[in-house]
Amino acid sequence: SALPLLLLLVLLRAERPRGAELTFELPDSARQCFHEDVERGARFSLDYQVITGGHYDVDCYVEDPLGNTIYRETKKQYDSFTHQAEVKGVYQFCFSNEFSTFSHKTIYFDFQVGDEPPILPDMGNRVTALTQMESACVTIHEALKTVIDSQTHYRLREAQDRARAEDLNSRVSYWSVGETVALFVVSFSQVLLLKSFFTEKRAGPRALHS
Amino acid sequence: MTVLVSNRYGLPLLLGQLLALMGHGGAFYLEVRELEEKCFIQEIPDGTVVIGNYKTELYDPAMEKYQPSPQWINLFVFVKDPENKNLLARQYGPQGSFTFTSQSPGEHQICLHLESIRFALFYDGKLAIHLDMQLGEHTNDYAGFAAKDKLTQLHLRLQQLVEQVELIQKEQEYQRWREERFRQTSESTNQQVLWWSILQTLILVATGVWQMRHLKSFFKAKKLV
Repeated sequence: SALPLLLLLVLLRAERPRGAELTFELPDSARQCFHEDVERGARFSLDYQVITGGHYDVDCYVEDPLGNTIYRETKKQYDSFTHQAEVKGVYQFCFSNEFSTFSHKTIYFDFQVGDEPPILPDMGNRVTALTQMESACVTIHEALKTVIDSQTHYRLREAQDRARAEDLNSRVSYWSVGETVALFVVSFSQVLLLKSFFTEKRAGPRALHS
Repeated sequence: MTVLVSNRYGLPLLLGQLLALMGHGGAFYLEVRELEEKCFIQEIPDGTVVIGNYKTELYDPAMEKYQPSPQWINLFVFVKDPENKNLLARQYGPQGSFTFTSQSPGEHQICLHLESIRFALFYDGKLAIHLDMQLGEHTNDYAGFAAKDKLTQLHLRLQQLVEQVELIQKEQEYQRWREERFRQTSESTNQQVLWWSILQTLILVATGVWQMRHLKSFFKAKKLV
């Protein structure tokens, strides 16, 4: 009796929407590519956003298995791209920070392939229509997905702002200490320099006397 | 791959996911070299379960495609929590899954690298890591729930909704925590700007007064004034 359960699990996992949302750090002058095997006719979408680093921009391009560039953008802060795969094979999407010489970027991306499968496989091929309760559940589920997406968007924006605020905080700290030290150094040097002018002048007439 | 048939609550999650990975090639993959470390960041609230399913492959130049890795290619996984403490530091086989639960909210760093453990030989060809990271309600095993508690389809749907709402609640609490940190940082900057400006003005005035007095006494001593 475990065999049907095995099949259930295989089908359940096998029909999962493949893809993930990930954040990674892209060093300066580097390029990072990800590859995914997509079936013909499947719809995939790529959302990406630069969270920290430099001018918060990155180059991005997507290539199909034949090597054609189906999407290319330079110095974008965030974007969303969907595509229906016409060719079966390995698609690659790359982020490039090659235009930057010293700022490394943190990039968030969300790559989803296919539609969301039902939580149990036999729910998908029903013969009868959904009951009112089930329809309500579906509506709520879709609405909650929108809420979660919006939360993610909010979280990314907040991370960006917080990174800038923390950067500002440490810069204010360092500069203030530096300025105070410079203030002392300049004041003392001014006095010493001024004194040295008059001390030399004083040595002149003395030299003449002897 | 041996099949466990004794557990009536369904096969382990791991097995099911492994089967799926083997059947469909899993999620996206990235190309690496041996010992090249790839790190990912996950910003998550506390108490979130993260499961990373992976599969590694070797590039075979003769056949010009990727083949499953042999047993001597191992994946090293290091997970660091926001306070830089090690949550997970383990060695795994060429395919499988790793899992961890976050103890504190914030940015968790997940670093992976491949290493061959046989004779310490270095493999200099291309390798691929297929990665599929799931968190929150996607880590639930609905088929397992159905079998164990004999739940109806409607009940399962409601269960899914409950999980989603809990995820939203957790994220909102995390948002509150982050907003407080953000506010503290901004207030700290504000305070710093205020106090340092006052201090610097006072120092300016004090050194100015000191300079005048010192020079006045200096010139008086030199009989120039």
